[in-house]
Amino acid sequence: MLLLCIESSCDETAAAVVRDGREVLSNIIASQVDVHARFGGVVPEIASRKHVEAISLVVREALTAAGTSLDQIEGIGVTRGPGLIGALLVGLSTARALAWARQLPLAAIHHMEGHILAPLLETELEFPFLALAVSGGHTHLYRVDGIGQYTTLGQTRDDASGEAYDKVAKLLGLGYPGGAKIDQLAAEGDPTAISFPRPMLHKPGFEFSFSGIKSAVNRYVEQQSEPVTGTHLADLAASFQAAVVDVLTAKTVAAAKAEGLSRIVVAGGVACNRGLRERFAQLAEKHALQVVFPSPSLCGDNAAMLGVPADYYLSSGQASGGDVNAVASWPLDTVGSGAL
Amino acid sequence: MQQWRVATRAEEETRLLGRSLGKAAPAGMVVLLNGPLGAGKTCFAQGVAYGLGVAEQTPVTSPTYALMNIHQGRVPLYHFDLYRLSRVDDLEDLGYDEYAEGQGLTLVEWADRMGEPLGSSLVVTISSSGENDRQIEFTAVDPAGRQLLSEVKSTWEAARSAENL
Repeated sequence: MLLLCIESSCDETAAAVVRDGREVLSNIIASQVDVHARFGGVVPEIASRKHVEAISLVVREALTAAGTSLDQIEGIGVTRGPGLIGALLVGLSTARALAWARQLPLAAIHHMEGHILAPLLETELEFPFLALAVSGGHTHLYRVDGIGQYTTLGQTRDDASGEAYDKVAKLLGLGYPGGAKIDQLAAEGDPTAISFPRPMLHKPGFEFSFSGIKSAVNRYVEQQSEPVTGTHLADLAASFQAAVVDVLTAKTVAAAKAEGLSRIVVAGGVACNRGLRERFAQLAEKHALQVVFPSPSLCGDNAAMLGVPADYYLSSGQASGGDVNAVASWPLDTVGSGAL
Repeated sequence: MQQWRVATRAEEETRLLGRSLGKAAPAGMVVLLNGPLGAGKTCFAQGVAYGLGVAEQTPVTSPTYALMNIHQGRVPLYHFDLYRLSRVDDLEDLGYDEYAEGQGLTLVEWADRMGEPLGSSLVVTISSSGENDRQIEFTAVDPAGRQLLSEVKSTWEAARSAENL
């Protein structure tokens, strides 16, 4: 099927055209410079109003870039939740209106379902697999037995890993995007220079906690008699990154072993992190695991990722009703069961 | 009572203090929660949630990216985090007023980033005085806040003496 997909659950307004749930024909994100220059440099962010301003343009751009038009589109995929209701409603209302006007089937998708299935847009991957979803708002481990079959194995108890990156970058005065800046600096620093805590590392189970690492970095910076710069800053970034990467990778490998899974998907914005990718590559070899990362353009929030589950649901006759509503909280485990 | 200062010496104690607030909080109140990065705001908020009756196994995580999380207790907890916002206009887009004027407990982290004061009954300010030591200052803003503050204090003292038994 040729699907138009729409995402507006958090900061990004995004639309994409995806064929058969595997081939990305276009993948447009409003904060991308080329689109966003057209509306005067306004960055579409949290505000629902910004999503409203961007949505029509982004949808049109996705169709144009794919060399298609609404006449060819056979179905619509859209993020239903979780997220901010005001933001979600912009994408969902657009999708519902288009589906109704064009008499197209609609698939209302869980945002994280898109993220963890994103690698299927680029590679063949068999179920079951383990998924580590890491972003500004998520640090979750899921067992994935098929599309629509997810079990949460663990998640953060406080801050998401991406949030810890951004907050540490801010307190180090590194600016935005914090994760990329720390990653870059970390490559030049000594990861053993400063010993930061690895919360939860030696506790059983697959829960995470990143608030303590952030606080430890904060205390370390406050204790220094002069601003942290140069090599010292690179060492700090490398040591912080080592702590986060240690915990993420160790828990993920332990979960894969406990669940008897040999395939791992690492998805979400933090999956772009080079330090994390390198460590996973080493561990994959050591433990004979297959670790798959989406391309950077499919790591952050985007609409193309919705194409994988949307195509599956629509092809198997599981379309959403035209009156489907947005949901702020939606445990991934309940997806596919019809329960909310 | 307008102001009350408490010292806590461990994360668990900060959470227990939050729990006292959650237990005592009436519906329809706004509580602001200030303090620098790593002070323990989310930790305190976890206590508030569980004190309010949110199921203990529910993860109460930082809403920095999501901007707000809703948890169901005996009344809903609207847990806001304004860290990524800078203008009061942003709050309108979030539908903040509808929540703040609703029948839940509205708990707002980083309200001091807004540049102008947000309406509230109680302001909680956490500061760090050591690795695990925290100073927590409660300031009642209106009569409902004063009433809540005296209940938080007695709930906290009862919880503390129960722990020491």
